[in-house]
Amino acid sequence: MSDTAHKTDGFQPRIVAFFCNWCTYTAADLAGTARMTYAPNVRVVRVMCSGRLDPQFIMEAFRNGADGVLIGGCHPGDCHYQAGNYKALRRYILLKRVMKEMGIEEGRFRLEWIAASEGDKVQRVINEMTETIRKLGPLHLEPVNIPATAHVQVGTDKAAVAARGGVS
Amino acid sequence: MSKPKVAFYWCASCGGCEEAVVDLNEDILGVVQAVDIVFWPVALDFKRQDVEAMDDGSITVSFINGAIRSSEQYEMVELLRRKSKIVIAFGSCAHLGGIPGLANTFDRAAMLKEAYLESPSVTSGNTTIPQTEITVPEGKLTLPELWDTVKSLDQTIKVDYYLPGCPPPANLIKEAVTTILEGRLPEPGTILAPDIALCEDCPRRETKPDKLIIEQFKRPSQYIIDPDQCILAQGFLCLGSVTRKGCGAVCIEGNMPCTGCMGPTSRVKDFGAKAMSAIASLIDADDEEKITKIIDGMADPVGTFYRYSLPASIIHRSYQKPDGGGAHNGA
Repeated sequence: MSDTAHKTDGFQPRIVAFFCNWCTYTAADLAGTARMTYAPNVRVVRVMCSGRLDPQFIMEAFRNGADGVLIGGCHPGDCHYQAGNYKALRRYILLKRVMKEMGIEEGRFRLEWIAASEGDKVQRVINEMTETIRKLGPLHLEPVNIPATAHVQVGTDKAAVAARGGVS
Repeated sequence: MSKPKVAFYWCASCGGCEEAVVDLNEDILGVVQAVDIVFWPVALDFKRQDVEAMDDGSITVSFINGAIRSSEQYEMVELLRRKSKIVIAFGSCAHLGGIPGLANTFDRAAMLKEAYLESPSVTSGNTTIPQTEITVPEGKLTLPELWDTVKSLDQTIKVDYYLPGCPPPANLIKEAVTTILEGRLPEPGTILAPDIALCEDCPRRETKPDKLIIEQFKRPSQYIIDPDQCILAQGFLCLGSVTRKGCGAVCIEGNMPCTGCMGPTSRVKDFGAKAMSAIASLIDADDEEKITKIIDGMADPVGTFYRYSLPASIIHRSYQKPDGGGAHNGA
């Protein structure tokens, strides 16, 4: 556990990280085998490519209780599938603009290129982002009230919060 | 046997959905013959008391259009829900929140301030903002409460079926009415429109290039759209590729891009997110600076991608910090 995890008034940011299989996830693995310590606030989801990331995944993460979302992909030119990371970048820039207009602070959403050899960058980015979000505080999206008998479900925040043990 | 009873009601909407019913033209005569219209404030003189006097479940089907954003609208749809066997969310606003749903980028306090205190059309020095209750010499006056957050119909009451579109196309309305009157009820929750994207029906389909790229976003007010070429390939934001078909591509026929009023297909949860994903990936640039410059050419991304669906989106409304003081409705 790093020092950073114990500094403030009990708020522990929850960060969902989408790491690409070929570069960033491998880098996180390297950080692990090299026993680098970093903030324990990140939940990593491995995807085959950052280009696989549907903006819906990011919004769902925020809706279901993430205080921040981190995307990790291969450096430009290094994508295992040639151009997936460029697609991720284009979507990220547009999505970031929309998130900002929707009032979600910029520091909560970040994209980083991290190569397989850059375990130290995984450590640095996660620590930085944890601190940024610690300062921003928790994200409390307004729940979407759905009548109990409704057929269509939009967001499942309450159930998800309960499943996490009622933390919100 | 008595005829099936039908009700129409409108909430936060423009009246275009009512117009769509009238647009059935002479076909409406067949409908009128087959049913008893028991409530339709825009056209017939029935009152709320008439609905209250009915037995629960005695209306066969209620067509409700408009988003829900006030205590009055909520009371009315809740009443109609109790009195109806089937409720159909009619049109984009009832389905996904619609244009009024874009108010979810603000909060109530900001809207009232702008509309009553700061707008250039307001008499300067005005300090009056509508209240839900006021006592005057003649007695107590009340107004419905405006909600902080606009909702789609299914975020307030149970909805059985959806007729999408702004407004729903006449042929889909006819089909839905016939289906229901004949008792061939689809699965609850069904959207009564084809489940394929609009490009399938697009008259310019053949002109869509194999590899679509966008070098610049153009607005129809600034450039002339070539009437024979794929609109998206020309750089105009056409959302047909992520929008459910069923409208007959009327906007494309009128040489205007699709704005997405029919909502997403069943595979998509958040229309705007999916639309952003599809459009952004077409941008013809690889470095941050160039991508940003191209995206800068896109006016109002939230209003473009969520034009009809912000309340039904995953984020639902703009984020208000817990200490931000914005009042939330309790519904």
